[in-house]
Amino acid sequence: MSQNDITNILVCGIGGQGVMTATEILAEAAIAEGHDVKKTEVAGMAQRGGVVTSHLRFGRKVLSPQIEPGTVQVLLGFEGAEALRWSHYLRPDGLALVNNAKLVPPVVELGLFDYPEDPTGQMRAAGRRVVSFDAMSIARDLGEIRLGNTVMLGAIADYLPFSPDVLLACIVKRFARKGEQVVEANRQAFAAGREAVAKQLGANSSNPAPAHA
Amino acid sequence: MAAVMPQLSNPLAPPPSTSRLLLSGNEAVARAVWESGVRVAAAYPGTPATEIIESLARYPDLHAEWSVNEKVSMEVALGASMTGARAFCAMKHVGLNVASDCLMTMTITGAYGGLVVAVADDVGMSSSQNEQDSRFWGRFAHIPVLEPADSQEAYEMTKFAFGLSEQYETPVLLRLTTRICHVKGLVVVGERVAHEPAGFVKNPERWVMVPAHAKTRIPSLFRRDETLRGVSEASSLNVLEPGSDRSVGFVASGPAYMHVKEAFPDAPVLKLGFSYPWPPEKMRALAEMCDQLLVVEETEQLLETEIKAAGIACHGKDMLPRMGELSPQVLIPAVDRLLGKEVPPPAPAAAPVKIFPRPPTLCASCPHMGIYYTLSQIKNIIVSGDIGCYTLGAGHPWNALDTTICMGATMGVALGIDKGRGAVDKNKRIIAVIGDSTFMHMGMQGLLDITYNKGNVTVLLLDNNTTGMTGGQATPASGRDIHGNEAPRVDLAKVVEALGVANERIKVVDPYELPVLFKTIRDEIKIDGPSVIIARRPCVLIDDFKPFRPYLVEEDKCTGCGNCIEVGCPAIHVTHREKVIKPSGKEVELAFVNIDNQACTGCGLCVQPCAPDAIQHVPRRDIPIHIVKT
Repeated sequence: MSQNDITNILVCGIGGQGVMTATEILAEAAIAEGHDVKKTEVAGMAQRGGVVTSHLRFGRKVLSPQIEPGTVQVLLGFEGAEALRWSHYLRPDGLALVNNAKLVPPVVELGLFDYPEDPTGQMRAAGRRVVSFDAMSIARDLGEIRLGNTVMLGAIADYLPFSPDVLLACIVKRFARKGEQVVEANRQAFAAGREAVAKQLGANSSNPAPAHA
Repeated sequence: MAAVMPQLSNPLAPPPSTSRLLLSGNEAVARAVWESGVRVAAAYPGTPATEIIESLARYPDLHAEWSVNEKVSMEVALGASMTGARAFCAMKHVGLNVASDCLMTMTITGAYGGLVVAVADDVGMSSSQNEQDSRFWGRFAHIPVLEPADSQEAYEMTKFAFGLSEQYETPVLLRLTTRICHVKGLVVVGERVAHEPAGFVKNPERWVMVPAHAKTRIPSLFRRDETLRGVSEASSLNVLEPGSDRSVGFVASGPAYMHVKEAFPDAPVLKLGFSYPWPPEKMRALAEMCDQLLVVEETEQLLETEIKAAGIACHGKDMLPRMGELSPQVLIPAVDRLLGKEVPPPAPAAAPVKIFPRPPTLCASCPHMGIYYTLSQIKNIIVSGDIGCYTLGAGHPWNALDTTICMGATMGVALGIDKGRGAVDKNKRIIAVIGDSTFMHMGMQGLLDITYNKGNVTVLLLDNNTTGMTGGQATPASGRDIHGNEAPRVDLAKVVEALGVANERIKVVDPYELPVLFKTIRDEIKIDGPSVIIARRPCVLIDDFKPFRPYLVEEDKCTGCGNCIEVGCPAIHVTHREKVIKPSGKEVELAFVNIDNQACTGCGLCVQPCAPDAIQHVPRRDIPIHIVKT
């Protein structure tokens, strides 16, 4: 009954981290590949340090813009606890790609709630396929923390039902007017993101995307 | 007629016709408004509708404006329509409550130039104080309601709406929801067609709504309803999809239609795009072809009641929730129940993991933090609040707001508390908090009521030079218009004085200067009669804000007292906690902190309550430099 050709990608994080921009670039790549695309998120108050999720669905024809729990092929988590919060959206063979960032909100600092000790460990213990990496350290090593978003896009690049080059081309297009130096920095960040995930999965780019699994 | 259009700064060359663009529903409506040759488009910002006018402001050849409130925006649109110009206004659901006074008479005068009102319901309440169903306004005001189900339809129905409005001389309500406004989808766009106004024609029987004139026109509303029912019946926006599995047929509009198609691709569906007046013959045809009828509508039981009243048996809210968003996950078990099937329990893997909540917070360096930190330190006060980022003052750690109702309500509520309180509240001081944009939207009248009626209220007017919560839009007090161009700047202190607050009771303070702020509030609440304290600092998310040198915590000096955490800044983090026994025998938990210097912008609010002077400026050499702006 469900539409089997639809790819569901859930990007999650915290207001201000760049979740919506990253999803926008993923959407552009899917369009470039000729897919019908819908992308939705809850904005508004979300920019004040709250939870942000961006739903991206693409395929032959997308109807409902919202992703249902248990149907996500790839979860791109910009923050550990947020990836855990949304992990029930993954389908059983889905893959979570998670930035190790730990952003602790004031309600935890005030001692009202606890931050989970090991969010990705908890996901693995629940049987999820998880790759975690430190996108911000990778970005910092490249000389600019703001490259973190491109590292994240590099991380997902080999797990989409189209070539990583399509996604890279969309990133390059976005930064083209900022000059070759910025474009090159983003190329490096993209490559570093791909490598960070490939290293752990022990896979190469021929690793089948969950979307085709 | 050669009216001079305002000069727009940097209007984008709009993408050419037949482009296939990834547009949100809001952007799609804006594109269609521009293509329809609209001359005037007005709005007050409100989630989820804000981006409609924001997008329109980037198109050439029309007047786009931030109005001071939704009622004014609708009046501006109506005035433009009276000249024969095509006109548009947009608002969130609660905005239409404000504008409804205009709407309920505008429906009697009718439109001359095409007049479309976009209203966006925040179904699921992501950023609103209530959940409302704006479809009711169609019935109440006797105007047609169009409901797109995605961006492409939002674009097409907006264009259709202007023609419909002109043909039947009626305002048209374009009903959107969050899942239309904020969903991006592909839209094929077209050409702009200029629309020259036919000119204002004096016609008091039509435009001067006195009882004698209204009485002659009201019967035309009922005739218009009937005419539009016929138009709706024939409209291609109302499609009966016969399907193949006839056990349950569905009636749906807006996002609910997409959920139905996703969950039940083979079922018969009457998709209502022209949802009021709805088409009775198509409805009967659907009912006849299927065993049972399920009306799938978000929030209120509206269509269902009307369909039943028309003598057609159907189900609806007996199976479906009465609030919040619908989804296939909600619909599938509901239909199982309707069919008497056993509903399987949800798979445990699909259950959410229980972790801490992450409510929205004030930003690092937000000037409102200084206000709420101070209010949290003052005892024996009742604080009425209002709508904006500063509503977050009701949350942790401040817990410093006692009421929030609707735009501008802080004034009337504070006055009512003052006048209504009995002996038990006699010694309490009443404080009303309001932001600059909300004050100009609907707070000024309330303040006038306080001064006129000799209220004993201290008003905190939080002037951050923008409409913050909706993303930083210009206001009459920011000195900029919707395009960022210079505009007349209203002086809030002078407005407050003109509204009857004594000059010596108007104080302007810096919310970063905690001792002065504290003393000013303490002094003013002791004095009987109205005072206004204007706390002035720009929102940290607008260009006016210039970051200062960030701070760090000198670890060896931090005593773990936790005073700085009470400020509520998201840049302050606890590094470790220690339990110690005080000489009194009392056990206390110490919280040692650091400051995330990527997030800190150096407002210094946390420095002031730090007893051991452990918070110091970051050495200049360590200030992060961003070489790549993304």
